[in-house]
Amino acid sequence: MKHLWLNAYADIVESLRARWFLVYTAVFGGLVILLFAYGLAESRIMGFTGLSRLLLTYIQLTMAILPVFVLITTVRSVAGDREAGVFEYLLSLPISLSAWYWGKMLGRFLMVFMPVFLAMIGAIIWGVVKGADLPWTMLLYYSGLLMVLAWCFLGIGMLISTIARSSDVAQGAAFVVWLTLLLFLDLILLGIMIREQLPPESAVAIALANPMQVFRTASMMLFDPQLVLLGPSAYVILDSFGQTGYILYALVYPVVLGTVCAGIGYMIFRRTDLP
Amino acid sequence: MIQFEGVVKRFRRNQVLQGVDLSIERGDRVALVGSNGAGKTTLIRCLLGEYTCEGRVKVDDLDPRVHRRKVLSKVGFVPQLPPPLKMPVRQLVRFAASLCGADPLRMEAVAGRLGLDVESFHGQPFVKLSGGQKQKLLIAIALGRDSELLVLDEPAANLDPEARHIFFQLLAEKKDTAAMLISSHRLDEVASLVNRVVEMDQGNVVLDDRVADLVDLSSRLRCRISLNQPEEAFAKTIGEWKFKGTENGLVWEGYVAGPDRLRFLGVLARYAALLAGISMHEAETETDRGAAANG
Repeated sequence: MKHLWLNAYADIVESLRARWFLVYTAVFGGLVILLFAYGLAESRIMGFTGLSRLLLTYIQLTMAILPVFVLITTVRSVAGDREAGVFEYLLSLPISLSAWYWGKMLGRFLMVFMPVFLAMIGAIIWGVVKGADLPWTMLLYYSGLLMVLAWCFLGIGMLISTIARSSDVAQGAAFVVWLTLLLFLDLILLGIMIREQLPPESAVAIALANPMQVFRTASMMLFDPQLVLLGPSAYVILDSFGQTGYILYALVYPVVLGTVCAGIGYMIFRRTDLP
Repeated sequence: MIQFEGVVKRFRRNQVLQGVDLSIERGDRVALVGSNGAGKTTLIRCLLGEYTCEGRVKVDDLDPRVHRRKVLSKVGFVPQLPPPLKMPVRQLVRFAASLCGADPLRMEAVAGRLGLDVESFHGQPFVKLSGGQKQKLLIAIALGRDSELLVLDEPAANLDPEARHIFFQLLAEKKDTAAMLISSHRLDEVASLVNRVVEMDQGNVVLDDRVADLVDLSSRLRCRISLNQPEEAFAKTIGEWKFKGTENGLVWEGYVAGPDRLRFLGVLARYAALLAGISMHEAETETDRGAAANG
């Protein structure tokens, strides 16, 4: 366990000095600043104003950016480290493969979650200083959603990094995965598939299996409990899960998916050539 | 201590190791030589448990792939190319020491002997160090603990002559307790360090020979070189060996580490036409130092 934390810490220190982390932090920090600069907290849309409105927009933007950032940066740095000989040297030290792999995943998780989370906290502190009400429920719920989304895509990223032997292939594969999930985020596409005789259950299953769609629907649910924005598919979700059930599903499913992907990655990692 | 039995390694259709059989005991200092692509690095990676392979690799009867921590806690490894680690120097030392259950101060002391003051570079990312500094730190991490097997891949390539001499002294201190596997594509680089030469070619061991073990690893040779005429290129080269010349540049004097003698003569051979005379004498040996210490 000591080695796991040691490796997690080493990965955090490595990440703090990496260019990807600077860009990543700047993007999410800059996003919050932009939202404030454009007076989003003061605008009123669908009855939302102040911090709730800001968080809502932030979370929707995050959904678009976070997965691709996590995927690309993870596969680039992990597969890149392998190519550059970092694995050859560090894995010649007496550390177990499980401590190495999961320590890396843990350290990386903290590094991808923290900037997004801290940007959100920064926004809230700023909002409170300006006199806005603090939306506690929303804050906790969105923090949880961000956490599980980051974990999920990190797990997928670790799996891709393990399978792909070069950073170019890993990067390409990560982009294809993200693009595929993005494609099935489109309700119009799902609608066309249903029109083309795809059973509605299959379309719903695709939507429920897509972590980006799950995140999107779950983030919507807080300000639109009846999921009016979602149209008829909301009935399936609400009938099958109920509101609480779906919120729980949205928090548990990405964690399971990310852990399963990372677990498969670990099994492959320990059975194949390390560097 | 180390057993390779019928070790075969394939990368898809390319068979890099063709069934290597090799046994290495404590006290063996093996030069693993061969041209590029001969399979040296692959063999080392199999030994470190980094590659899966067919056949058997055992270190003290343990499979390095299965008993990673137990095996690797005995191994000090210096790679040919330093990894581009961004972690600061001191953290790298502490990280490695903590994993190995070693004292980081001991590693820092070895780095100090090699001429690298960890204190001055403690916050600097490892990747920002010069080639020689990186090499010194990796050597310090490998030798600054109780390793029983040293796996060194072109370890002294980036070191200056003084650091090479200290490095040879450090190896001399370990020579009776540890086995050493020193990889190089040139035998003259490592010949004086070893008592056994294993040559690989296309994934096979083609030569396994004992060699005379007469060179004291910690010795130095006092050298005096006289030239027919001064030459700027020679002055630059010999200056890298820390030799001092007379004003007219015709006579040069300095010290060469004992195990470096072949390498040094190889350098001189490039200027053979300029040489008027060479003298090399053992300047200090472990025995001499011991005698001096005992009065």
